[in-house]
Amino acid sequence: MNTKIKQDNLVNSLRSMPDDQGHFGLYGGRYVAETLMPLILEVEKAWHEARDDQKFWDEFHALARDYIGRPSPLYYAEATTKHLGGAKVYFKRDELNHTGAHKINHCLGQILVAKRMGKPRIIAETGAGQHGVATATVCALFDMPCTVFMGAEDVERQKPNVFRMKLLGAEVIPVTSGSGTLKDAMNEALRHWVANVDDTYYLIGTVAGPHPFPEMVRDFQSVMGKEVREQMMEKEGRLPDSLVACIGGGSNSMGLFHPFLDDTDVQMFGVEAGGFGVDTDKHAASLNGGDVGILHGMRSYFLQNDDGQITEAHSISAGLDYPGIGPEHAYLHDIERINYVSVTDDEALEAFQMLTKLEGIIPALEPSHAFAHVMRLAPTLPKEHILVMNLCGRGDKDIFTVAEKLGMEIE
Amino acid sequence: MSRIKIKFEQLNKEGRKGLVTFVTAGDPSLQQSRDVLMALPNSGADFIEVGMPFSDPMADGPAIQASSLRALEGGMNLTKTLELVRELRAAHDKTPIILMGYYNPIYRYGCEKFIESVSECGVDGLIIVDLPPEEDYEIRPMAVEAGIDIIRLMTPTTVGTRLDTVLDGASGFLYYVSITGVTGTKSANIDEISKHIDVIKSKTDLPVAVGFGIKTPEDVSAMSKIADAVIVGSAIVQNMAEHKNDTEMKALIENQVKALAQAL
Repeated sequence: MNTKIKQDNLVNSLRSMPDDQGHFGLYGGRYVAETLMPLILEVEKAWHEARDDQKFWDEFHALARDYIGRPSPLYYAEATTKHLGGAKVYFKRDELNHTGAHKINHCLGQILVAKRMGKPRIIAETGAGQHGVATATVCALFDMPCTVFMGAEDVERQKPNVFRMKLLGAEVIPVTSGSGTLKDAMNEALRHWVANVDDTYYLIGTVAGPHPFPEMVRDFQSVMGKEVREQMMEKEGRLPDSLVACIGGGSNSMGLFHPFLDDTDVQMFGVEAGGFGVDTDKHAASLNGGDVGILHGMRSYFLQNDDGQITEAHSISAGLDYPGIGPEHAYLHDIERINYVSVTDDEALEAFQMLTKLEGIIPALEPSHAFAHVMRLAPTLPKEHILVMNLCGRGDKDIFTVAEKLGMEIE
Repeated sequence: MSRIKIKFEQLNKEGRKGLVTFVTAGDPSLQQSRDVLMALPNSGADFIEVGMPFSDPMADGPAIQASSLRALEGGMNLTKTLELVRELRAAHDKTPIILMGYYNPIYRYGCEKFIESVSECGVDGLIIVDLPPEEDYEIRPMAVEAGIDIIRLMTPTTVGTRLDTVLDGASGFLYYVSITGVTGTKSANIDEISKHIDVIKSKTDLPVAVGFGIKTPEDVSAMSKIADAVIVGSAIVQNMAEHKNDTEMKALIENQVKALAQAL
């Protein structure tokens, strides 16, 4: 992998964001109580020092290779391509990573930052438990105590992941405040962090939260997009024509898209979770069905009512079930650099089954949303069009949800 | 001169410290919060802090989180909160009223419209918990124009250049968060806070009010020795919640506030 730190000349580049206060245009920033501000500034300082330190990246890439299994393959999905009868479809196989999803990329990066800061203890929030498991995994690797905040309802729904986290040595704290879901787990993690500033690092699970988290998580996840550039040049001798990825908070999509933002010929599609449909009140599509607001330390788009109260997100996929979205996505949406579309629960479920049968890969329900859009898009495109989808997680964790939806019983 | 300034000058003359009491608008019900708010000035509260309910009160502990949710479940919203403040102002002309809450409901309401409305309702100051100095450019200039104080939070970790940043543009008084944590949790270390307040006072003439973790008359007594005012929130909110079905609730809160005021 290319470990070069200093990027090309980034003046007038979409990749030069955020500004020094963490703004992506109108979005991002640091909307936190003064109680949290000194911590955030400390994280920013440590992260920027790490970013400029070749040794930091050497350690990151060595572990990315030998522990995570990077680079993940770029796979030409021939059966899918034939079946859809249009664009040539590739998958970025981040579901093959250790722990089965892309989340481990930013967990590894952030725990190395925590180590540099001399913080011996890690906390995290989790929805479905994927980020919690990845966090508990790197904490086991570095022998650091780990506390994961998880909505009480999610603890009930995601028992296998709760068990995994406990096996890995993490303490899982069920959050009953508010509505007891992911956003409340994040509130609780932030509260806990404020009260334990001296020894604790908050390892955020997506490209959201106050600056510098959206930037930092993006830069760790960009390893995917950078690999795709190199792999595609090797395989096809040119860049892809379009990229497709699902979006909850937006970490896997940002990681794939960011290295291509300045390549104006590369089209990008971010796929939000449409739940029962974005015209209903049960979805998780913050861009297509939300409004600009402020939560969790950032200005972005959020699901909210007329009084500015944050409303609940819904998706069949627990990993997309967040009522907001990372601020860089909000900006890229407004300037129309990325096309943000949505896919319903039912379409994702159909795509899940289709991908499993066509390729022998059981995808997570999150990238099943991306695949549902590939199923719509690819047939409309010419055969020489190259499309890359981020297959950001494997589906083992979702078999119970899918079985229930399909009316089947698992003993 | 603003009501906040007049009140602090008056306290100064009387050689007394101030009591700031916090109640969430609409908690446990609109009528009950109205009854309690109306009774606070005559029970010894020098400043009234009214919480604007929010679904995700990130900087608050369990007591105020629960109060926010109860209010919202009872149908409270920003428009009704402002209506409640208007009634309070009509009944109590001199008592400074401070609105405390989070930025999103204000942003959604519209910053300009919000400042117009609060100004017209007789609000004296705003504490917007998740709006640090770096991000308050959309609302502070209008607030200043309307003569409404933007009250800034500071914490035991607000030191060095950060202290200067927070003091730049602060008005009314400073809200000193006495613990590293959320509202209503553990107790504070008085010696450390006292030293820090001395540093702050060497840089500003603004009065300093101390809050977070102050529950009993004993806490109030200790804190009032080192601060210009003492803020009690969670303990009152908690007491209201525990007695929400009790017809004597208002009287209980009046007695609680009287006891707190006597401890100053």
